[in-house]
Amino acid sequence: MNTVERLVYMANQIATNLATDDAPVAAVADHIQQFWDPRMKRLIFAHGTEGLSPVAAAAVRKLADAQNAA
Amino acid sequence: MTYQPQKDFGTPESRSDEAVSLTIDGRNVTVPAGTSVMRAAAEQGTSIPKLCATDSVKSYGSCRLCLVEIDGRRGTPASCTTPVEPGMVVRTQTPHLAKLRKGVMELYISDHPLDCLTCAANGDCELQDQAGAVGLRDVRYDVQATHLGQEKDHSNPYFDFDPSKCIACSRCIRACDEVQGTLALTMEGRGWDSKISAGLSSDNFLGSECVSCGACVQACPTATLVEKKVVEVGTPERSVVTTCAYCGVGCTFRAEMRGEQLVRMVPYKDGKANRGHSCVKGRFAWGYAQHQERILKPMIRKSISDPWREVEWDEAFAYTASELKRISDKYGRNALGGITSSRCTNEETFLVQKLVRAGFGNNNVDTCARVCHSPTGYGLKTTFGTSAGTQDFDSVEDSDVILIIGANPTDGHPVFASRMKRRLRGQDGRQGAKLIVIDPRRTDIVRSPHIEAQHHLPLRPGTNVAVLTAMAHVIVTEGLADEAFIRERCDWDEYSHWAEFVSQARNSPENLQPVTLVDAEELRAAARLYATGGNGAIYYGLGVTEHSQGSSTVMAIANLAMATGNIGRRGVGVNPLRGQNNVQGACDMGSFPHELAGYRHISDGDARKLFEDDWGVTLDPEPGLRIPNMLDAAVDGVFKALYCQGEDILQSDPNTAHVSAGLAAMECVIVHDLFLNETANYAHIFLPGSTFLEKNGTFTNAERRIQPVRKVMTPINGLEDWEVTQRLAQAMGLDWNYSHPSEIMDEISRLTPTFAGVSFDRLDEAGSLQWPVTADAPDGSPIMHVDGFVRGKGKFVVTDYVPTDEKTGPRFPLLLTTGRILSQYNVGAQTRRTENVVWHPEDLLEIHPVDAEDRGIKSGDWVKLASRAGETTLRADVTDRVAPGVVYTTFHHAVTQANVVTTDFSDWATNCPEYKVTAVQISASNGPTEWQEEYEALSTRSRRVETGIPAE
Repeated sequence: MNTVERLVYMANQIATNLATDDAPVAAVADHIQQFWDPRMKRLIFAHGTEGLSPVAAAAVRKLADAQNAA
Repeated sequence: MTYQPQKDFGTPESRSDEAVSLTIDGRNVTVPAGTSVMRAAAEQGTSIPKLCATDSVKSYGSCRLCLVEIDGRRGTPASCTTPVEPGMVVRTQTPHLAKLRKGVMELYISDHPLDCLTCAANGDCELQDQAGAVGLRDVRYDVQATHLGQEKDHSNPYFDFDPSKCIACSRCIRACDEVQGTLALTMEGRGWDSKISAGLSSDNFLGSECVSCGACVQACPTATLVEKKVVEVGTPERSVVTTCAYCGVGCTFRAEMRGEQLVRMVPYKDGKANRGHSCVKGRFAWGYAQHQERILKPMIRKSISDPWREVEWDEAFAYTASELKRISDKYGRNALGGITSSRCTNEETFLVQKLVRAGFGNNNVDTCARVCHSPTGYGLKTTFGTSAGTQDFDSVEDSDVILIIGANPTDGHPVFASRMKRRLRGQDGRQGAKLIVIDPRRTDIVRSPHIEAQHHLPLRPGTNVAVLTAMAHVIVTEGLADEAFIRERCDWDEYSHWAEFVSQARNSPENLQPVTLVDAEELRAAARLYATGGNGAIYYGLGVTEHSQGSSTVMAIANLAMATGNIGRRGVGVNPLRGQNNVQGACDMGSFPHELAGYRHISDGDARKLFEDDWGVTLDPEPGLRIPNMLDAAVDGVFKALYCQGEDILQSDPNTAHVSAGLAAMECVIVHDLFLNETANYAHIFLPGSTFLEKNGTFTNAERRIQPVRKVMTPINGLEDWEVTQRLAQAMGLDWNYSHPSEIMDEISRLTPTFAGVSFDRLDEAGSLQWPVTADAPDGSPIMHVDGFVRGKGKFVVTDYVPTDEKTGPRFPLLLTTGRILSQYNVGAQTRRTENVVWHPEDLLEIHPVDAEDRGIKSGDWVKLASRAGETTLRADVTDRVAPGVVYTTFHHAVTQANVVTTDFSDWATNCPEYKVTAVQISASNGPTEWQEEYEALSTRSRRVETGIPAE
């Protein structure tokens, strides 16, 4: 597993475990924001949503949009 | 201080609230009801002669030396077995008593060798002291039969047993029974044939069930059981109270010294974590501190294929700083990082993370807690608001039900296990606590002398969340939840959401049984017992955290405790048993890449400003890399330099091949350690470390107890570890000028609210303090969440079971789980360099008889252990301790490299590796794997040290 593949795996794993949260997309985005270093975030933003579950993909898009807006 | 034995009150302390006043030798004394006359006398400073009594065990009344006279009582009762009564008038010294005592002593001495001058206990022998105290001057008996001249037992590597010197007081037997709880010793024979026996008469100490905790040696009033080191060196002449550097129990010891030579480590009775007890590691296994393989001079090399070159400290710091600067200039500041050590002090850990944040200019700092208890931090902070256990160790004395999940306390946390076992056995007419064990293996505590778990749930590895959810299902659906507690202390809506989830039929024990392999009725009974059995306390270890759902399991445990109201008072709680001595402290000190000291997120502007103003730097508001992320980034070519203090990531972290690839890709690996460990095979700079005996500082144990570590000898490498980090920081241009670790603690306390009241002076005064230590709790906080949760309302979190992606299949049909053993510690860097290797010279693979037979494997056979990540070989131990389909091994020996087979799967929230579940295959083998052979060659090559060229 290369780093990007691992990040996709991690994002999906987080999404699976936060699936029962009231607002899973926000919870996944918040988790990634709090615990991933900037390079990891940049790599997954650059990768896009391929291979990501719908919740993980929405969370990554949400974070990327927030970053672009900043 | 000059050497004084620890005061012995003769019998244990009474916990009664009722006070009793009496008169002893004309002086009034008031003590708690239930106190013995002997102890009451001792508390007022009167020493009644005694031999069979010591305050670590119950009174026995056999030696007849402690006789006293009591007004209105017939005869001369033994003061050790006579409880005080109101108005009692006691005389401890009368002519009649003196005559009786002298007669008793005369009998003892008539059957004791008179070799005091050459005896190892000369000057430290209670028999000798008492003979003097009673004024014995002559022995009139011409004894024909004695028990003298018996063969000594030298089999234990740390202490000798000389039966000829035994006075048959049974203190050792009672210490083994009551303090340690192993019940290994007994009295064999009668009369002259009476002899202490370890197990059967055919056993010696080494071959018996003795766990070498040292309680018997400590209890022995003569030289019958005596430390080999005392025999070799002589008795100590001073002592220093300090804290053990092994597991997270954090035992307090007296380092008893002659000059700068350590003679023995003796458990300190006033130590609040261990209450005068010890285990084989802390008591005896400190020889590594002087081991010949210890590196004492800094070493550098350009490439890992070069031999090491010894240099002076100045050159080492200048070279290290220049390398770090070169790499930062070339690749950017984020190419650097550091790992703090859970074995080092709080002060040292704080400095390493400060060096990374303020010196390297990023937050790429992590700690070995990443691979053990990071899910505890996440899970307990989310649910309760604090990343720590809720109780002190004393709390277990008030537990009615003890639930152990994913922990093996008799091996991993043996001193606390002894206290737990005492509560499980019950004492003084009080019924023992009930026990539930959730573990794939039948650990020793499941069934041991006078203890048998009411319920052992041998679950399939990886199904913790399913088992705990099923228990929650039973508690909620059978109406056993403590709704009054929940309404008052927790968020009711979140509870309702959680209760609805766990009540679903899919979460019933019956529905989950095919997944967990736990009998549904047994699980239901265990859940009912935990919910209704009185004070319920949960203790857990790495069998909970080291899973892909480690954080979920911690939260599931917290859910159970809140649902049953088992939080906020003595006897209950959620108690992570921390692996290493300072895991709690390393986490507290801001070692995680996303948190500053005191668990404040790095993005918190107010918290960051506090540190920025104090340190005079600007901090990066973004979290840094965790250890596995550092390794990934290294393989990607963007992470180039690592300062690794006191951790051996190559041996301890999962998927060795990936770790070695990451290390090999770096340009500057700095290992700061005692020995050339496995990580050092890939290092370019080696900075020699100091042991816990050679430095000042503090450790924080599993109960949040901050305890002093005191320097008892000069560091033989020249510098304490905090000085090494400071000198490196200075070489990098940082203006650090600490002259003592107390100044570092002052900085920690001014920047960390939960440490606000901590200082070395306060610690010296109190002995230890449990954080939070604040204006509201100036003496610390033994129990957390007493009046409310730290986060406000306790948070129930839905924890849906998600199976691990590490699957068994035709190629890898068995599940491997890993753990540790009593005599060895973690990667074994310390314990492998002690005599402890006699108990565990190699890692073994436990395999069930059915699985072994299928493969034609017998105990002692070499087997190949293969997974998708790699393969290694080791010898088999065929045992039904593990269930069919499950195999188990330890990771103490570098030659085995158990982590060659563990995988990259990790906890979803924290990246804590999934050590506890690896799909494997076992097959017969006739020798080491290719990896082992190549690795051994690499180690040999990498550990070469350049020899000097002789001057012409």
